[in-house]
Amino acid sequence: MMSTATESRPISTYLFRRPRVRLFSLLALPMTWIVGVYILSLFLLLITAFWYVDPFTSLVRPGFTLDNFQAVFTEPAYISTSLRTLWIALAVTILSVIFAVPLGLYMAKIAPAWLRNALAVAITLPLWAGYLVKIIAMRLVFTEEGFFNWLMAPFGIKGPGFSMPIVILTLTYLWFPYMALPVYTAIRQIPTNLFDASSDLGARGFMTIYRVVIPLITPAIIAGSVFTFSLSLGDYLAARFTGGATQMIGSMIAANINLNPPMAAAFSMVPITFVVIYLMVARRTGSLERM
Amino acid sequence: MRRYSFSFSIHSTSRRYRGGRSRASPPESQISGWPIESFSTKWWIFAKDYQPIRAALLNSVLVATGAMIIASILGTLVAFALKGFEFFGRATVNLLVVLPIALPGVVTGVAFSNTYSNFLSPAGFNIGYFGMIVAHATFCIVMVFNNVFARLKRMNPHLQEASADLGAGLWQTFRLVTFPQFRTAFVAGALLAFALSFDEVVVTIFTAPPGVDTLPLWILKEMARPNQASVVNVVATVVILLSLIPVYISQRLTQERQ
Repeated sequence: MMSTATESRPISTYLFRRPRVRLFSLLALPMTWIVGVYILSLFLLLITAFWYVDPFTSLVRPGFTLDNFQAVFTEPAYISTSLRTLWIALAVTILSVIFAVPLGLYMAKIAPAWLRNALAVAITLPLWAGYLVKIIAMRLVFTEEGFFNWLMAPFGIKGPGFSMPIVILTLTYLWFPYMALPVYTAIRQIPTNLFDASSDLGARGFMTIYRVVIPLITPAIIAGSVFTFSLSLGDYLAARFTGGATQMIGSMIAANINLNPPMAAAFSMVPITFVVIYLMVARRTGSLERM
Repeated sequence: MRRYSFSFSIHSTSRRYRGGRSRASPPESQISGWPIESFSTKWWIFAKDYQPIRAALLNSVLVATGAMIIASILGTLVAFALKGFEFFGRATVNLLVVLPIALPGVVTGVAFSNTYSNFLSPAGFNIGYFGMIVAHATFCIVMVFNNVFARLKRMNPHLQEASADLGAGLWQTFRLVTFPQFRTAFVAGALLAFALSFDEVVVTIFTAPPGVDTLPLWILKEMARPNQASVVNVVATVVILLSLIPVYISQRLTQERQ
């Protein structure tokens, strides 16, 4: 590519003196891909949301109609599904925080080194253990003849069956590592003497967590919540296989994509809006740098 | 974790089943229940020669490899741009790289599927198989970017200046000085991208051309009908292993340098 034998290197010298050109040549290819393929696709999706399906041929026809968006905002089924999904995503995020903070504190400040490493592996491994496989696992655990009912039978407890609580539980199980890892890393970076100082000033355990730990790890919680929130928001296989009749935004998009693509496109704007707002807020706090 | 146990063998029964190679119908299966009643390897033998599984495995490997190669190049380029330069829109570029995995998979999948079937196909361009690779590569970029970017931040920038002072050109500096320093992070990121793509199902549902299955897609279809539940457990185990091995190597690579 470049003349390595000669003394003068015209291209290298040229690029060395012009950082703008260097930056441009670095970004040209990836930005063409992300903007020209991905962002363009999202934009085309938005355009399709204004199109309609020909009632006679059932083919997608370009045009301009607000019917799809009107349905999203007025049909009770769509509204209740949007709200239910939002609620599920928030519940998953909150549950993940509730589990991640004590776990992170224990791992970073209390556990011996071997246990800390073992727990770190135990959190990281399931992240890569196959998304569908984990859904099968939850399905096998909570099915009628499954592990949970078998285990709890002696106590006279029966699981709720496939329903919304199980969807929340499954999603928490799926996305928990995304919260646990940044929270653990953040807690590990808190100097131990802050805990001493807090207790010297008379704070008990919970007060220290609330006034010292939480403010310091908030950026990590936000970074983690971007994943727990948005991954839950768009998920529909968990609902399909562990939710019984529970419908989520993703289920309705998937159900519409072949029959009525414009409707699916319009409904896709709901999770996009939720996530983009969430990302904007997260970016203001500077948490995205940690992802 | 018990779901694999059905398929693991405690006593080796494999020899008994090796005879029936071209079995038309699968061995009789039972729906997985608890507690486990018996162990055997018959589903492993069946899965090994079962044509749909082999085809799906090949597709998974092809797609993951393609996505990995594209994502490795693009992710490294972005990492270099964000490391070396302060410029207007830097935060936006960062956001754009994260967006494909931050947005729900169903949105990414529907967006690509919509572009392929409602814009490209009417224009006479059938993207087919490659559409799946394009979609996977897009959300894999961030994996390579994260790893390479983290390593670049810790690298000594003066080494590159020293190399230039000694008369090396940009390419020579990159090849002999810069790349060896972030090579392990690069390989680690690429392996993570491979694993991410190998495990992905939601985007694949919408972008796979008709009749083409990846392993997770095959599992998904089997989950709808319970009569082959045991062979699904075998394939699930294979998926776990093939995504865990790259991740394990990738972890080793990143830890060695610390």
